[in-house]
Amino acid sequence: MTSKSVRFDVDRRQFLAGVGTATLVISGTAILHTGEAWGLEVKNLKPETMQTLIKMARDIYPHDRLADRFYAVAIKDYDEKSGSDAATKQMVEKGVAELDALAQKKHGVPYADVGWESERVALLRQIEGGPFFQTVRGGLVVSLYNNKEVWPTFGYEGESAGKGGYINRGFNDITWL
Amino acid sequence: MAAKFDQTDDSVVVIIGSGAGGGTLANELAQKGVKVVVLEAGKRFEIEDFINDEWDSFTQLAWKDMRTTSGTWRVHRDFPNLPAWIVKAVGGSTVHWAGASLRLQDHEFKTKTTYGSLQGANLLDWPLTLTELEPYYAKAEDKMGVTRTNNIPGLPGNNNYKVLAAGAAKAGYKEFHTGRMAINSQPRDDRGACQQIGFCFQGCKSGAKWSTLYTEIPKGERTNKLEVRPESHVAKIEHDTAGKVTGVVYFDKDGRQQRQKARAVCAAGNSIETPRLLLLSESAKYPNGLANSSGQVGRNYMRHMTGSVYAVFDRPVRMWRGTTMAGIVSDEARHDTKRGFAGGYEMETLSLGLPFIAAFLDPGAWGREFTTALDGYENMAGMWLVGEDMPQENNRITLDVTAKDKWGLPVASVHFDDHPNDVAMRRHAHKAGTTIYETAGATRTFPTPPYPSTHNLGTCRMSDNPRDGVCNKFGQTHDIKNLFISDGSQFTTGGAENPTLTIVTLAIRQAEYIADQMAKNVI
Repeated sequence: MTSKSVRFDVDRRQFLAGVGTATLVISGTAILHTGEAWGLEVKNLKPETMQTLIKMARDIYPHDRLADRFYAVAIKDYDEKSGSDAATKQMVEKGVAELDALAQKKHGVPYADVGWESERVALLRQIEGGPFFQTVRGGLVVSLYNNKEVWPTFGYEGESAGKGGYINRGFNDITWL
Repeated sequence: MAAKFDQTDDSVVVIIGSGAGGGTLANELAQKGVKVVVLEAGKRFEIEDFINDEWDSFTQLAWKDMRTTSGTWRVHRDFPNLPAWIVKAVGGSTVHWAGASLRLQDHEFKTKTTYGSLQGANLLDWPLTLTELEPYYAKAEDKMGVTRTNNIPGLPGNNNYKVLAAGAAKAGYKEFHTGRMAINSQPRDDRGACQQIGFCFQGCKSGAKWSTLYTEIPKGERTNKLEVRPESHVAKIEHDTAGKVTGVVYFDKDGRQQRQKARAVCAAGNSIETPRLLLLSESAKYPNGLANSSGQVGRNYMRHMTGSVYAVFDRPVRMWRGTTMAGIVSDEARHDTKRGFAGGYEMETLSLGLPFIAAFLDPGAWGREFTTALDGYENMAGMWLVGEDMPQENNRITLDVTAKDKWGLPVASVHFDDHPNDVAMRRHAHKAGTTIYETAGATRTFPTPPYPSTHNLGTCRMSDNPRDGVCNKFGQTHDIKNLFISDGSQFTTGGAENPTLTIVTLAIRQAEYIADQMAKNVI
């Protein structure tokens, strides 16, 4: 998975409203990240739904050192799949609506606007056993961590044989034992 | 010019599967002048096709045909349709194995005598002793190039091993080293030395690790007595009115049904497919499936007591660099009931890449407890625990009552419950592994549950008495003289050791027996 379909060259005009802030904003059918300067075209789901999915993805697998774009890339396929598969579209829209309803009831705001991660996690725990959460979580464990651009953050070096293996690249270089 | 046998040639031996059992048996028979056709369900990938990427490699090599599961094991909950992680390709699971090559211990061939009666455990002594197998173990170690045998030096220790060794030493363990590994530490047998690539599970791109794919099979093919047919999925073994097998029916790569006649058939499809095939081959004469007068076909399924311990330290380890499993602590492999269980276990280094650690460290887990563990990945060390699990009659492979494969055949269903002995052993092993890492300075440890099973054993077990098992001490089925079990399904019990060396050993011995019986026209 790559960041290819998350655009980093979004029209400058679109940022005027959000210059100086680092948030996900919705502009027409796109989600824009004003801080990281990228945009994500949303075709089949509501942009608010994708925005909530990105937040949900981070709350399921929170890594403070991973920028939002990695979570966006990890869940963007739900938009495309919602175009060709009605069941997916319904599962996602309904799942997000349910999550927002739980958030409204408890905190008076939609899920993405609930302030503390622990409070959002408590809401996720309420839907944890359901097919929407299980599908998103199960997909994320591959789509988030199987992204080569994420690996350097964790130190993982990836492909090795083409570089001659590690026999001359530190396979036994530990010094602190 | 490679051999090509006619489908109506009933003088060939048909071997189903090309892994440690099937591939070795095929070459050993071919070297003795026996004509062999190997039918392998998977494709033929060569070294240049292997991919240093965990999920892409899994997609390429893993057996992903539908299977169902049941029972209290956690694999059923987390991976309901993936009870086993094995290979569907020429070379079988020797393509993705880690290379650990240990002999079973003497007492592990006679667990009923040694452990006595454990309630619920279907223990049985093998109809073989270690002494009888020793000459064949020696041949297997030479064939495979096992380090610390045959004047082959041990592999150098990588970072992950150094952490294990440091902790083991401080914790008082005595028997630890970089393993008896079928991985060249120096060039041997026309294959190069290990480059510490670190993707052992994804196919060895240097060829240093032994695999039937690029050793036994090409050697056998060069005799002109061995023909390998990939993408040939055997659906049924056929027999005549006297009950002797006469050949097999298989689906070729275009999905067309083919028949290959045979003088003898050897099933080496690993311990889920082999019993499945015998059950699928039921007939009027054999209403419970082939070779199943004992009712034991599919039963006594063992997967070893397994689990892992991962540990995070305050400084980098980079465990992914180098061999996946060249490191072992053997002190706990002894039989010592003072610990609260029968049998023993080995502790072996294990490393997974970031993608697989995310999937298998704690399946289903999410949230900050989980992600802070992954944040420590660069500082992580890991080990795998492998010990003797108890055979239980109801741990078994059956034909699923509803699910069917793409040819309309019932898929295999795998039922497994831990035995209390397994639970006690795993608890002890998790603690022992944790202690090793804490002694080395770990700040955080994780007792990881078993993965989808890479060791699958016992489902057509050897027995002296035909009432107790499926085959005799040569893997020849009790009921049908020209039908053999040639993979890990033969294991009467599992021992604490990785099974591949023993599977290869049994295949070498079985080839001798089959060739001898054929020469005498008994088969």
